[in-house]
Amino acid sequence: MPVLWIALIVLAAAAIAYVLARRSALASAQGDVRRMHSLPSYYGWHAFILTALPALLLMLAWLIFQPLFIENRIASQLPAEATATATSQQLAMRDVRSVADGLQAAISSGAITPEEMEAFTNDPSTLRARLGEAGVALGGNVTSETLEAAQNFRALASTMNLTMTVLVIGVALAGAAIALKQVRPDFWARNAVERTVMGLLIFASAIAIFTTISIVFSMVFETMNFFRQYPWQSFFFGTTWSPVFHGNSQLGIVPLLWGTLYISFIALLVAVPIGLFAAIYLSEYASNRVRSFAKPLIEVLAGIPTIVYGLFALVTVGPLLRDYFAQPLGLGSSGTSVMTAGLVMGVMIIPFVSSLSDDIINSVPQSLRDGSLGLGATKSETIRQVVLPAALPGIVGAVLLAASRAIGETMIVVLGAGAAARLGLNPFEAMTTITVKIVSQLTGDTDFNSPETLVAFALGLTLFVITLGLNIFALYIVRKYREQYE
Amino acid sequence: MNDMRIAERDVSTSETKIAARGVQVHYGTTHALKDVDIDILNGNVTAFIGPSGCGKSTFLRCLNRMNDTIAAAKVTGSIKLDGEDIYDAKVDPVQLRAKVGMVFQKPNPFPKSIYDNVAYGPKIHGLTRSKAELDNVVETSLKKAALWNEVKDRLHSPGTGLSGGQQQRLCIARAVATSPEVLLMDEPCSALDPIATAQVEELIDELRGQFAVVIVTHSMQQAARVSQKTAFFHLGNLVEFGETGQIFTNPRDPRTESYISGRIG
Amino acid sequence: MSDISSHRGSSSLLVADARTKRRNAAEARFRSYGVAAIAIALIALVTLLISIFGNGASAFRQTFVTVPITLPAETLDPSGNRDPAEMAKVTTIGYGNVLKAGVTAAVREAGVVPEGMADSDIAGILSQEAPAQLRAMVLENPELIGTTVETHVLAHGRIDGFFKGRVTMESAQRDSNVTPERLQLAQAMTEKGLMSSGFNWGFVTMPDASDQRPEAAGLGVAILGSLFMMFVVVLLSLPIGVAASVYLEEFAPKNRWTDVIEVNISNLAAVPSIVFGILGLAIFINFAHLPQSAPIVGGLVLTLMTLPRIIIPARAALRAVPPSIRDAALGVGASRMQTVFHHVLPLAAPGILTGMIIGLAQALGETAPLLLIGMVAFVRDYPGGLFDPASALPVQVYNWTQRSDPAFVERASGAIIVLLVFLICMNAIAIILRRRFERRW
Repeated sequence: MPVLWIALIVLAAAAIAYVLARRSALASAQGDVRRMHSLPSYYGWHAFILTALPALLLMLAWLIFQPLFIENRIASQLPAEATATATSQQLAMRDVRSVADGLQAAISSGAITPEEMEAFTNDPSTLRARLGEAGVALGGNVTSETLEAAQNFRALASTMNLTMTVLVIGVALAGAAIALKQVRPDFWARNAVERTVMGLLIFASAIAIFTTISIVFSMVFETMNFFRQYPWQSFFFGTTWSPVFHGNSQLGIVPLLWGTLYISFIALLVAVPIGLFAAIYLSEYASNRVRSFAKPLIEVLAGIPTIVYGLFALVTVGPLLRDYFAQPLGLGSSGTSVMTAGLVMGVMIIPFVSSLSDDIINSVPQSLRDGSLGLGATKSETIRQVVLPAALPGIVGAVLLAASRAIGETMIVVLGAGAAARLGLNPFEAMTTITVKIVSQLTGDTDFNSPETLVAFALGLTLFVITLGLNIFALYIVRKYREQYE
Repeated sequence: MNDMRIAERDVSTSETKIAARGVQVHYGTTHALKDVDIDILNGNVTAFIGPSGCGKSTFLRCLNRMNDTIAAAKVTGSIKLDGEDIYDAKVDPVQLRAKVGMVFQKPNPFPKSIYDNVAYGPKIHGLTRSKAELDNVVETSLKKAALWNEVKDRLHSPGTGLSGGQQQRLCIARAVATSPEVLLMDEPCSALDPIATAQVEELIDELRGQFAVVIVTHSMQQAARVSQKTAFFHLGNLVEFGETGQIFTNPRDPRTESYISGRIG
Repeated sequence: MSDISSHRGSSSLLVADARTKRRNAAEARFRSYGVAAIAIALIALVTLLISIFGNGASAFRQTFVTVPITLPAETLDPSGNRDPAEMAKVTTIGYGNVLKAGVTAAVREAGVVPEGMADSDIAGILSQEAPAQLRAMVLENPELIGTTVETHVLAHGRIDGFFKGRVTMESAQRDSNVTPERLQLAQAMTEKGLMSSGFNWGFVTMPDASDQRPEAAGLGVAILGSLFMMFVVVLLSLPIGVAASVYLEEFAPKNRWTDVIEVNISNLAAVPSIVFGILGLAIFINFAHLPQSAPIVGGLVLTLMTLPRIIIPARAALRAVPPSIRDAALGVGASRMQTVFHHVLPLAAPGILTGMIIGLAQALGETAPLLLIGMVAFVRDYPGGLFDPASALPVQVYNWTQRSDPAFVERASGAIIVLLVFLICMNAIAIILRRRFERRW
């Protein structure tokens, strides 16, 4: 039975349990709501939760573990040469799965009758053609082992599906029965319901933790795989990046890291002065009218998707820099360059610097400004010598956050910086970054057992660690700074 | 603090330092100060008293144009310092404030060292030519503020690390360091404990030998203790201005009397 | 004392001394840096928008050929029973021949063919997509067969580029896809009204097209894919985000565990988006075997990415509800849960919703994580559900930037205009919500 149907049945049962429990609660109190601990609807909700929640959780767990279980069982039936290495087992299992899926699709659409199915068991060579006619394409011809495994796969899957259906509906009904039995006027239904809701709330807030854990795990395992095939010393200290298909790649992170830092540096060189001066002007000089239109307009820059900046770099800024700066100065003829990506990225992070600095400058107490102005300092002297030093830690935090933003930025560098890994100083040359290489190693046809693909996970982990370190440090500084004036 | 002892009244016959005539202040649509006429004399402490919101601080801030920093405030009338109108278009408020220093309600030392706090004014106004001269100014200012002995060993530790009373005396030293001609003090003791208050009051009395001092206070006892002249403000009006002794012992206006006897406020 | 005073330049207030003049000049300079910074930021914004709109606005206009075409029954419906199922056996090649003949006849009749242009060259002004357009039109309405119909089909991309100034007579000489004769023919046809340019609905509705036919490439699949993903994001992140913020703001005890969650959320909000793509690839595709390029996977990845960005403003909105409201509800005997769900949450709803919409807008424009989960694939079939392959608006932009034909740059910029229109609408709704329901306590 399809999962959706089971879920609907469970929910329908829960709805019925709600109505029954509510009615029986009212009946047990002879219709006098005041004699019950909780409002009647809470008895209903209690029944609803007890019916639906355990059943749906069971179904979810089953759906997660069933494929793993089936995979294990089928893999043990495959011939020994297919399961010799992890790669060959994965390939064999992929074949089995696609044959099984193909058969399932063909049979459910009626293109192949179950009787025909029997015939294929003896002669699998015609299966591919027959499935092809039925609109299911297979990668290669089907061997009898694969077909047998696929048949076992289907049989096991359907048995387990049936078991799951029975179990899930059984749990739902049992839950409904227990809930209905509990309905008495002195049962604290509201508290029971609220406990469950609280559990759900806690679960929702723990999703952030799960996300972090899965980010770390998804990258750590594949990174370990990578380091098993490629020495970590060469990765972290190698100065050449030249992935080659089928071995002998040189996968040193240094040129990528250099490109990343160089571009981020230029971006900060653009964004920090502009963002800081904009923040100073807006918070210290601008009239309310100017502030009310300039501030949102600058923040629009932060709301524009990065792909837009990427295209801007590619079609406007890149050619402009090439034709008017790089070529006349004899510095290169590349449209994509460190400068292109850095400038555009700098524009993108202006609002990150300016909004946070604006907040921070505003939180410097007015009494300090008064003290300085009262001594006859000009506004700019007050800002430079009193406000900015007082706000410095917070501004450093803002700049670090912007830096982490720049280091992790992808689309601008994919479209603006180029793909050539290079260790150089010429800002008008194309260079590449960690994020660009993650994209290029993980898009298109990928083989998750070759170091050329797995390196992307090691790059991702490095990127994650760098940005996380910057963020934690920056948030710590900003938080410390805020405490100072609270 | 029921001590209503009146300070020695050796009102000097010295010349007028600041003369205010017909001063009005509007904050947007609020009429905060109405038609104030007052003369601040050299070598005197002038106290502004009155219930909160009466306009005394507003008037004080007019005297060195600190109201300029509030966009909505509009000041009319004339305020003359040594015969020059400080609201004249040619007057640079920066130059004015160097002559008319200010100490604020809450101690507001800059987040810098004690030394840098005091040296800030002389530095921005370019009052000294050498490091030695600056050291000298810092030392004399701290001595004038009766703080030197407490901080001379830690001049380079942060000013924010001092106690409240010390911080306020540091702010006074900071104001004194630019050698102003008038010193404005906006409730300088309201955030301090009684002992620190006594120290600051003593200091104020010493300072009046060098500048005209104007102090806003919500404490009548304090006004009585430190000032020679007292002005009573009420609802934006200057109700009465005169010798401190006369205001406290023989007020002419019934409103002054009610306030002093504790019926307004 | 006196030694210091003597350094003062002028003793009169009415005359500014040299030092004050210098200081005021420094003041003016400093102030002008601020003005310059703001000006640079705004100029950058304006340049960006002008560049995108300048390049992309023309994507919404397209050149069409309008000629009468006779639809011969013998080739298009050999069985003669007008049954669409049987007629579908005739491929686009058959329709291509019909179209070619029709157009050649029409332009010959109009007398617009340049001297010496061969008949075989004439059909080159048509898009390679044109036969498919004709076929679709006929299959939809089989009664047309045997008649002569006024047919409206796409012109070739180079012809379109000629009218948009991208292709010139000189460039046509070096181009294997177009000849100067064809451009002359196109010019002449325009004068006779056989060729015209009009609003290009197809750009918004049609699926992507291959490298050779930029004129037929549209955003239909991408828009649908983006909508499906946003559906998943809303469905998951609204309840989870609200639940998490309610817990953290209203119920969570102030302990280590809560601290960990809080630090976690603020850090997740700053994790580079591409890392979420790696997460999606490793967990949802390699581990859970969800299909590649499917909106469900994109939606899940974007949900995880958007959640912290929703939780932070939602918590701020809850915090803005004054404690007196909670006290009042608790005071009449409501449970804490009832207090939150009956009073606090409804009062915070506009703020939460505003944050939600802004988070969604960010998710809509996100590209990098989607590249890793295969949404960059070439998809021509409209997705029917969450598990079908689809594209997404920003990914389609990226996809088009990787094509060689410059006509795709116009398309990519046009796609960004569509994306920006969506974003402007969403942000406008957020601003209206905020203005309308903003409450100050």
